[in-house]
Amino acid sequence: MTTAPAQAGWRFRQPSVIPGFGLTLGFSLAYLTLIILIPLSGLVWRSAALGWTDFWAIVADRRTINALEISFGTAFAAAAVNVVFGTLVAWVLVRYRFPGRRIVDAMVDLPFALPTAVAGIALTTLYAPNGWIGKLLMPLGIKVAYTPLGIVIALVFIGLPFVVRTVQPIMEEIDREVEEAAATLGASRFQIITRILFPGLAPAIVTGFSLAFARGVGEYGSVIFIAGNLPFKSEIAPLLIVIRLEEYNYPAATAIAAIMLALSFLMLLVVNLVQSWSRKRYG
Amino acid sequence: MADPEIKSYEPHHESQSAAVTESRPVRAVLMAVAFAFLGIFLVLPLIVVFNEALAKGVGAYTEALASPDTRSAIRLTLLVAAISVPLNIVFGISAAWAIAKFEFKGKAFLTTLIDLPFSVSPVISGLVYVLLFGAQGLLGAWLKAHGIAILFAVPGIVLATVFVTFPFVARELIPLMQEQGNGDEEAALSLGANGWQTFWYVTLPNVKWGLLYGVLLCNARAMGEFGAVSVVSGHIRGLTNTMPLHVEILYNEYNAVGAFAVASLLAGLALVTLVLKTLLEMRYGAEIAATRGH
Repeated sequence: MTTAPAQAGWRFRQPSVIPGFGLTLGFSLAYLTLIILIPLSGLVWRSAALGWTDFWAIVADRRTINALEISFGTAFAAAAVNVVFGTLVAWVLVRYRFPGRRIVDAMVDLPFALPTAVAGIALTTLYAPNGWIGKLLMPLGIKVAYTPLGIVIALVFIGLPFVVRTVQPIMEEIDREVEEAAATLGASRFQIITRILFPGLAPAIVTGFSLAFARGVGEYGSVIFIAGNLPFKSEIAPLLIVIRLEEYNYPAATAIAAIMLALSFLMLLVVNLVQSWSRKRYG
Repeated sequence: MADPEIKSYEPHHESQSAAVTESRPVRAVLMAVAFAFLGIFLVLPLIVVFNEALAKGVGAYTEALASPDTRSAIRLTLLVAAISVPLNIVFGISAAWAIAKFEFKGKAFLTTLIDLPFSVSPVISGLVYVLLFGAQGLLGAWLKAHGIAILFAVPGIVLATVFVTFPFVARELIPLMQEQGNGDEEAALSLGANGWQTFWYVTLPNVKWGLLYGVLLCNARAMGEFGAVSVVSGHIRGLTNTMPLHVEILYNEYNAVGAFAVASLLAGLALVTLVLKTLLEMRYGAEIAATRGH
């Protein structure tokens, strides 16, 4: 090796000729701390200050439990719908060639770009009993707007790109030769899809699901218009936080927010475990 | 392994690669289902926005947009984006420089922290500032004593917007600058350029399209943010109402034309964002971070 001075065991950073490390890292850390870390730790601090009994009383309140169940339940259902249709959309975009593919591909990102409030009022108008789709569903006895089903619809809209954009690049990377080899060895198309393609896509699908789910749990703007917001029936947890804030009931708002964050992180942890398991299982 | 389903390979005649794609009818069905799904979930809502906005004619539409409250909402939205987007550009460039150009301990952890706002509900993003600056908040009494208004005023709206749009520029630039490596910068420095010149004449031109891409997404979210801003704004008409909040107020007042007229501007912004984003991806795909999506 070179005659560089002996590596002093622990080193915060590798030496580099490029300047500006202190300035950029210092600024980034200061900005991150001011904008994100201090406010978030304020939330943790406030909920810790509540004490266990008070905290538990708020969280175990029937209305809170219901709101959490609705938020997590509808987000789960919507993410499941998106796994099916998002994967299908990704498949069609990656594998098939048709005129206007580029436009369809670009449209998938609409939910990222369209403000949630706009999506909310548009979906509500569509699914209201006199709306274009609501009118068709009315005779079938299906009510979407102002029910939990409406929440699922809004969350399907919000979550779609998360699944498509996670699965699509992995699908593009699939080596077609493996499929060809399987086909020449006599595998049916169904076998190829279930035994060769799906295992490779499973981790991406799980990631897409968890991203859509996490986004759905916290979603507010697109949901509150279509949900009808009936306590115990179609009231989501983020809305309950807003309601408690408007009542100046800061402790309740803080406790609900803290439990939401905790549950979301727990869920991400579980997803990570599932993912590492599926990586081991399917290589 | 003896698999009863394995039969002798029969050549298909529909296309050259029939063995590795679906049969024509299956393909048609899959495409029809995908298009129907996208049509119902993406295209119809977009059409509804413009249809409702123009439901009572162009006159009612322009009139709705000309109302003073709507005008002030548009002005506030532009102001908030004009402050919060540049802040996050400076942060994004700075964070990307530190993370992509240097190797240091805790880098992965720092990168994770930058993404944190994406996994926090917008309502909670607003709530944290209420807990900090609100009347019962940690700094509430001090701010009141000094006559500084943050909550229910423009600074609070800017802070909440900065919070939710925080990761956009950084997470676009970090992978891009990592991919490009340090070679160009080292060459410039060895030729006598100083750090600032290196950044300005070497790094920035290398990442300009990626930066624009990040800024585009950051701006779309900044102008469209609802939940976080709703919590900190106080909904004072003509003063602290951004466009998305104004949409809500008009909608709840059963002023459908007004609500959808403002919504149509935001939908137009979304469409312009998508078009520019697609153009950037098509033309400068290689100069934008390989990671797609968000």
